[in-house]
Amino acid sequence: MVAGAVTIPYERYSPEPAHWWLARALSELGKENGIGPDDIDGLCVSSFTLFPDTAAGLTQHFGINPRWLDHVPTGGASGVITLRRAARAVQSGDANVVACLAGDTNHVDSFRAMLTTFSRFSQDASYPYGSGGPNGSFSLMTSHYMNNYGVRREDFGKLCVAQRTNALKIEHAMMKKPLTLDEYLDARLIADPIVLYDCVMPCAGAEAYLVMREEDARAKNLPYVNILSSVERHNSFPDDPIQFRGGWALDIDEFWTMAGVKPTDVDLLQTYDDYPVICAMQMEDLGFCEKGAASEFIQGNTFTYDGSFPHNTSGGQLSVGQAGAAGGFLGLVEAIRQLTGTAGGNQVKRAKIAAVSGFGIINFDRGLCSGACLLESS
Amino acid sequence: MTKPLKRPPKKDPQKRTDSPTLPPFARSRKAIAFTTMAAEGRFALQVCSECKHISYPPREICPKCWSMDLQWQDIENGGKLISETVLRTSVNTYFRERMPWRVGTIKLDAGPTVLAHIHGDVGEFERVRLIARTDKSGQGVIMALPEKETPNMADDRQLRALTCDPKYRRALVTDGRTELGQCMAKALSNAGATRIFVGIAEDWRPYEGSDELAAIPGVEIMPLDVTDTISVNELAAEMGDKADILVNTAEYIRPGSPLDRHGVTLARDEMETNYFGLLRLMQAFGHVMRSRGADRDNSACAWVNLLSVYALSNWPVYGTTSASQAAALSLSQSLRGDFSGSGVKVINVLFGPLEESWRQPLPPPKVTPQRLADTVINALQEGIENVTLGPVAEDVVRRYRQDPFVLERELTQLQMGMGV
Repeated sequence: MVAGAVTIPYERYSPEPAHWWLARALSELGKENGIGPDDIDGLCVSSFTLFPDTAAGLTQHFGINPRWLDHVPTGGASGVITLRRAARAVQSGDANVVACLAGDTNHVDSFRAMLTTFSRFSQDASYPYGSGGPNGSFSLMTSHYMNNYGVRREDFGKLCVAQRTNALKIEHAMMKKPLTLDEYLDARLIADPIVLYDCVMPCAGAEAYLVMREEDARAKNLPYVNILSSVERHNSFPDDPIQFRGGWALDIDEFWTMAGVKPTDVDLLQTYDDYPVICAMQMEDLGFCEKGAASEFIQGNTFTYDGSFPHNTSGGQLSVGQAGAAGGFLGLVEAIRQLTGTAGGNQVKRAKIAAVSGFGIINFDRGLCSGACLLESS
Repeated sequence: MTKPLKRPPKKDPQKRTDSPTLPPFARSRKAIAFTTMAAEGRFALQVCSECKHISYPPREICPKCWSMDLQWQDIENGGKLISETVLRTSVNTYFRERMPWRVGTIKLDAGPTVLAHIHGDVGEFERVRLIARTDKSGQGVIMALPEKETPNMADDRQLRALTCDPKYRRALVTDGRTELGQCMAKALSNAGATRIFVGIAEDWRPYEGSDELAAIPGVEIMPLDVTDTISVNELAAEMGDKADILVNTAEYIRPGSPLDRHGVTLARDEMETNYFGLLRLMQAFGHVMRSRGADRDNSACAWVNLLSVYALSNWPVYGTTSASQAAALSLSQSLRGDFSGSGVKVINVLFGPLEESWRQPLPPPKVTPQRLADTVINALQEGIENVTLGPVAEDVVRRYRQDPFVLERELTQLQMGMGV
């Protein structure tokens, strides 16, 4: 039901607009899957830097006349949420083939410009306080989480080091120098307790995939994966004074029941990883370990593609870079590659079931959007 | 404990003065309402009129009951620091120049969680009290202070960025002939100002208190007549780049409405001092002050206008004076516009009848010049931009807030017993 994953190699800075990155993702999607403008009737787009356009303007630009269109503004949760939107559209017959695109450019000053106008609440109540951007917000969450749940810097370091190991074979990864735990522990402080290697590198890039019925994928001879379950939640636990859990914790029962599998059945996990604290929260809230047991869980696994509990097998945003909204697609696209056996040198052996999770939109003090899905190889 | 501030070194004239950079200034319209209260030193948040839920950040609708009726109310400012960080990088130039910068999450006893600047004396997970003030961009922000006073607390780097503390700053008092001007000079000296330039017009004319004035530590008597453009410009040329704080104490006040007088002479004199005097000062001192808003330890920080509360609404007993004060208040708003983006605050003190000879027949309660001077110092130390002083002024402002048109009727009906 989901097929044709493509990643457009990231660049630190790009003079091209977001339109170029999304267009290139569409073009690659066509080439890889043997389809053209007449073959898709649905379009779903996620991008922060597409102004003044939205998905609507892109239909004319891209020469398509879809009967179903959506623009998903959920940032780091956009991969899973786009999948849910597109899958429902196909399931209900509103569209047959949906192209899902996420991409952003990164001009020299565009990250600062985006932070300045990110949202009303951040503009009014967080950006004026030191303008640390996500570094500031996540440092407060990280500090609180470490104090209350006994997670140590060594634990976060282990996740970062494992992801770096996974990234070494990824051609376009921003960070390809091996990283050691000592280097992590000695790294320059950015916003206490967050250090350099906890932060993602903003960059330009795009990711894309197709959603269609299983029989259509088979007819076209495309490798594909099936969706076992998916959930999304926004502004969960608004009365928590500081974020230590996400919407997953509300939806975890439905998530596993719908799929009919258990956490131990999962062969690989892709979490949203702009800062390792949120990876640890996702592992807990999705039920891979108990709340408060993340430290122990992290010490008990390698998280490399060839070790135990493969996690963010393409290096994640921490090593590959954060290409805006494409960062929300990165894990999903990698999971599709893994389950279709096209992950190249980082292929997880006998990968059957993948869990993918997303988290996005730091509106004031916390991330508002969360989502997760379970995928199965065909 | 805060390290006591050291007297800033004399500026190297060969060094470039930093251009003012600003913390972020973009705000929603509701957040600007928060700013107006921060400018008065009030810590107020939105309270739902129906379910009483207190919400933050500023919004349009109660997130608990969807009522649109959210009222700004002063809120108990106690809370607890539940998480903190020290920022060491920032995408914003103002903060980047001032790293490291401490911020944290505070859970208010009243309910909401806020992000705030954190005073250096606040310990981990300690209780704090929150204040709302305007920052260098002129927008309201929240800062968490230690629950109890600590030594040298005002010298905290992050707090000092929100205040205009006279300590180790240089000030200009525009008229030292009056008791008000002399109290002002003394109060600035007591508050730690290093140099206090005090303007005296027609210095060949003797005046009461001249010896005492000259004896105040730090005071330097300067020739200044705000009704004379050349005099104002000459003084600005001499010491304009040293005016970190300017307090305009010059006023010209005479009782009477237009029908009590013949001709425009008195009214013109009032305008010469109260309006054109202010305008001359602005034109002579404004440019250099505006350019020195970020001059680090030697920065310009405040322009203080002392105005009769009848600048808001005319009281015919002092009809033409009130009109000149209204003109000055309007000009002060214009100066806020000119200074916006400079980091220099415009402080307006609206006061009730002053205890001085031109208001002699007015009944109490009155404001003594000493009290007005102390209030200015407090506003500077606290970084408050809008102050109302004295029972009469408070009463007029309260009525003005309720309905300026009703106040207009009240003030013009058979001479109510309130005075300038």
